Amino acid sequence: MKELAGILLFCALVALAPQFISSGVTLNLIIMTLYAALLGQAWNILGGFGGQFSFGHAVFFGSGAYAMAVLQVKFGWNAWAALAAALACGAAVGAFIGALSFRYGLKGSYFALVTLAFAEVFRILSNTFTFTGAGVGMMLPLKESTADLQFADKTGYLYLILAFVLAGLLVTWWLKRSRYGAWLQAVRDNEDSAAALGVNVFRVKLGAIMISGALMAAGGAFYVQLFHYIDPHIAYGPAVSVEALLGPIIGGMGTLWGPLLGAAVLHGMGELTRALMGDVPGVNLIAYGVVLILMVTFLPRGIIGLFHRKTKDAPRA
Amino acid sequence: MLDVRGLSISFGGLKAVDEVSLAVPKGAIVGLIGPNGAGKSTLFGLVSGFLRPQQGSVHFLGQDITALAPHHICRIGMTRTFQIVQPFGAQTVRENIAVGAHLRRASRSEALDHAEKIATQVGLSSQLDKLALNLTVAGRKRLELARALATDPALLLLDEVLAGLNPQEITEVIPVIRQIRDAGVTVLMIEHVMQAVMNLAESVYVLSNGRLIAQGTPGEITANPEVIEAYLGHGTAARLRKAAGGQHA
Repeated sequence: MKELAGILLFCALVALAPQFISSGVTLNLIIMTLYAALLGQAWNILGGFGGQFSFGHAVFFGSGAYAMAVLQVKFGWNAWAALAAALACGAAVGAFIGALSFRYGLKGSYFALVTLAFAEVFRILSNTFTFTGAGVGMMLPLKESTADLQFADKTGYLYLILAFVLAGLLVTWWLKRSRYGAWLQAVRDNEDSAAALGVNVFRVKLGAIMISGALMAAGGAFYVQLFHYIDPHIAYGPAVSVEALLGPIIGGMGTLWGPLLGAAVLHGMGELTRALMGDVPGVNLIAYGVVLILMVTFLPRGIIGLFHRKTKDAPRA
Repeated sequence: MLDVRGLSISFGGLKAVDEVSLAVPKGAIVGLIGPNGAGKSTLFGLVSGFLRPQQGSVHFLGQDITALAPHHICRIGMTRTFQIVQPFGAQTVRENIAVGAHLRRASRSEALDHAEKIATQVGLSSQLDKLALNLTVAGRKRLELARALATDPALLLLDEVLAGLNPQEITEVIPVIRQIRDAGVTVLMIEHVMQAVMNLAESVYVLSNGRLIAQGTPGEITANPEVIEAYLGHGTAARLRKAAGGQHA
């Protein structure tokens, strides 16, 4: 209950932010941080709670983004309906990849490589087919109204991404206190033990990749609505995959707040390096890399681990 | 309750389990012993669905469960433990046991309550909030037992739950196993600690080189020359008899 209160408090605070912040740059920073947090939350469900490290989460992001764009532009769907379809599309792609790789028992680096390969295949396909606009990509016509999920004001986008992040928080919260979540974490820690205790390992992993895929697709759909544009490299390129896993690893895998914390630290750092080093392209990536190496070496449980270590390990008398 | 008929599997040229048949009656504690590498754990793997037998069948509660998936077999009511303990290290003892409890309890709070009850039963109640990876060997063995027990099994397959414990700890765990049986759970146990087997089991099967070589009460088994030879080498039984005869003369 305490965590639930924390979630609601956090969302209420962020929702109030536009009342006090008028700077477009700052609002933009908040939006992009929440957006990175959403990608991290999606990855965290499969990677942090399920122990299945994906290196190609862009495959879900891109599928959501393209579903959003194609359905609106080519088929004239309403944006809200397209959003629902995009989520379903992410889950479906997750089911497809999960069914194939989990059926044949791919784990660890093999699973990571397969997801990476799928993202690449999807990138090449979207670069080829004309109905996705091929290499040119797709433009979303400007229609600024809530019915079309486009906003003239940054505040609208803030609320949209906040709603997604809230959904991610609630799903994660549910994982921490439900039978399904307990099974998923059992599978992460030891598949054989889980199976011996009656857990259907395949189905549990399949569920995780579908939820993760749907949430990641929401990120893709948001991207399209925000920037009105998508192309194969943005949709399925490795940058998104890396962004999705960086947050949770730095913040704390398999935790509620880890992805948000990680995203905040990364974006804060990105701003800092930009302020210090100017706009040298890629300098923030170098900083990310350094932080990632330091984190994995010294804080394998992420920033959250700093707070939890003492309380959880100490035997309570 | 459990009826194993002509079960066989070979790995390459090695017949790890060869035409093994055994029966476990309801309410019993049955022991399975044999020297290292005899195929005991492999037999457990076959019975519990982790390995697929090349020949033979497994019937449990009147149902053919040969080559069903492990989680399916567990759902029917047979739960195994592992010789090499496999805790969910990053989770607390309570959370570990709750995973087992969730099999028949959807609600989180019910599963956690049940976990607490089971922990008391196996003597882990003081360690409920410890991370599983911080437990001692004895603690991990108890946890392995507790998790399996939390699934409310009709039959428990225990794979060397006493191995690696000191004599003090063994005498503590033996009554726990007896209580589990008295509560209505049938037990099939692989065990090297003869003290425990003699103490607990009504009936013992002996496996050597993948084959069953003897079956009987613990008393009969320890007097069986074939069993003695399987453990101590060919001709030992005759030599022991001779030595004993010499002393008397």
